[in-house]
Amino acid sequence: MTNQEVLDRLTPIFREVFDDDSLVIGNGTTAADVEGWDSFNHISLIIAIESRLNVRFQVAEIEDLRNVGELARLIANKLG
Amino acid sequence: MAHPELNWLPEAKDRGRQLRAARQLPAAEAWSGLVAIARTRLDFLATEQLDRALSDICAGPDKPDVPHSRLALLSASTEKHLIPGLRVAALRRGIRLHVYSPKFGQYRQELLDKHSGLYAFRPDTVLFAFDWRHLIGSEPTDDGAVAGAIEQMRGFWRIAREQFAAHVIQQTVLNTATPLMGQNEHRLANSPFALVATLNARLRQAADAAGTDLLALDDFAAFDGVSSWHDSRLWHHAKQEITPLAAPVWGDLAARLIAARMGRSAKCIVLDLDNTLWGGVVGDDGVDGIVLGQGNARGEAFTEFQSWLRALSRRGIILAVCSKNDEANALAPFERHPEMVLKRSDIACFLANWDDKPANIRRVAGALNIGMDSLVFVDDNPFERNLVRRELADVAVPEMPDDPSLYVSCIARAGYFEALRLTEDDLRRSAQYQANIERLALQESATDLEGFLSSLDMQLIWSTFDELNRVRLVQLINKTNQFNLTTRRYTDEQVRSLIGNPDVLTLHCRLHDRFGDNGIVGVVIAKPAGNNDEWIIDTWLMSCRVLGRRVEQAMFNLLVELAREKGARTLIGEYRPSARNAMVKDHYAKLGFTPRPGDRWTLSLCEFDSPDVPMITRRFDRDQPGSS
Repeated sequence: MTNQEVLDRLTPIFREVFDDDSLVIGNGTTAADVEGWDSFNHISLIIAIESRLNVRFQVAEIEDLRNVGELARLIANKLG
Repeated sequence: MAHPELNWLPEAKDRGRQLRAARQLPAAEAWSGLVAIARTRLDFLATEQLDRALSDICAGPDKPDVPHSRLALLSASTEKHLIPGLRVAALRRGIRLHVYSPKFGQYRQELLDKHSGLYAFRPDTVLFAFDWRHLIGSEPTDDGAVAGAIEQMRGFWRIAREQFAAHVIQQTVLNTATPLMGQNEHRLANSPFALVATLNARLRQAADAAGTDLLALDDFAAFDGVSSWHDSRLWHHAKQEITPLAAPVWGDLAARLIAARMGRSAKCIVLDLDNTLWGGVVGDDGVDGIVLGQGNARGEAFTEFQSWLRALSRRGIILAVCSKNDEANALAPFERHPEMVLKRSDIACFLANWDDKPANIRRVAGALNIGMDSLVFVDDNPFERNLVRRELADVAVPEMPDDPSLYVSCIARAGYFEALRLTEDDLRRSAQYQANIERLALQESATDLEGFLSSLDMQLIWSTFDELNRVRLVQLINKTNQFNLTTRRYTDEQVRSLIGNPDVLTLHCRLHDRFGDNGIVGVVIAKPAGNNDEWIIDTWLMSCRVLGRRVEQAMFNLLVELAREKGARTLIGEYRPSARNAMVKDHYAKLGFTPRPGDRWTLSLCEFDSPDVPMITRRFDRDQPGSS
């Protein structure tokens, strides 16, 4: 799966978690760029991605993400 | 691992549009719109989204006029992610729930400090939800740890009851510990896994003794698997004991207990017949052709469903039938099929005709004299389910699985009939409603009302509040909504303090007639109103199933007699309007009271002459038959 395909699948999940229908994300997007992306909503985001995309993150992976690009790369690797 | 879901609720259609539409409406209509969304299958994200809309609407200047409840959630792990699920599950039941939880790790200080946020919040429900490490320590040495935990919880329960007069709920403990020996783990005295099982067993005993209700998380984890409720990554990462994925169902478990305490559990299950109680269509296939009973897996599944329904009716849930059929065809299996578990006599109200189901369900509610929100409608046909949902929004309609072997678990899981305790009246209820239907039939045949009433041979048997009936009195005071003049709620402790108290006048009445015992049908509490010879009727409530039988007049005659004995010369009646008690707004006018400002009424006892009533009134006497 290409990086763009992953971003396309992540966008509706981000929009739902952060309750913002016009939210746009790219590889450089970080928690500081998205209103409401705190440690609490980070868990919601991770759990939502897991259940929507049918992937599973390891405990360390939940903590180490710095931006959307890293998240997308991780998901692309898991989905093959 | 699959997580618990609200699988008995239907999928939402276009939730986003409904939410946006609701936000544009005035508060009362917006609230109804949100309740409708809450009654669909929401996952945790949809639950959080709905909760945000709810907060926004309730923050507006005009507030929806709905029942409120205030819950304090006391926990030693992270619970913030669970709170939207609590509020939305209350919304599903038409209740606006306010939730308070102390800062992480602060619950104990707040319980002990009368100036804390917890005291300022004034909860009416306190829910204790702890992980096992917090209760018995991560390295317990023996079951002394369990005894210590129970002792500590008892102390917390006492504080919650004494300081807040709150309904206390204790969550049983999720056993996330791991066995160290294996299957015979109980032989290892310091095994956390074995001790958690002991802890849950002892919590049940202690809770029963203390009047604390349980949120039985361990039971649900036993059905679903602990790992569908608990995600060890999230425990390590954020001390979340329950995964956010399970939050909607967890909230529903808690809200059931709150709703049950408010008398909002369902009372009656209305059943379709063809492909619901048996396989096939009796009108087409004949009694011999329907699929039911031994020798066929599908037939056995229907038998098991019937057995469960019969067991439900034995503990006080009323069964009714609503089927599109010729009545003779619908009755035939009940009369002639050897494998029918349910008998005609188990069904309090049997409607088989070709009218639409909403019309028939209204008749069921009318015949049984219960509210639409007391009904659960079970039908295999999605068309009928959706029609009933659309026409009768307050009737609960579970989304039935296609496979009859899943019927029982689907309905049981929805928790419609959550009960906190059972009384003798609960166990007799089905027979009472059955007798009620017979009374109605007699009423239709009798030509005049007075003649009908006197043919019932009614006896009103009264007593002041007593220990024997305390549990039932508390239940009635807290769940009666319609025939309730003031809707004042009393806790168990408060009712206990009224028993034998010479400064108040308490009264409860039981009604017998030729069809049987109707149980306790009326409760009155009256108190002196400052001035010695004026007494105010603080509480008067009655069971709606005896309306139209002049029982309220008979009770009033009795009340006047008892008030005179206390030296009263004037009685003050009070009507406090609620969303559900409009039926009694003229109650005191009908009894001859004079209106006063502020929904108050007065009656001078010197001028009062008791009207005749079609029943005998006598005091409860333990030794006389029919008095228990």
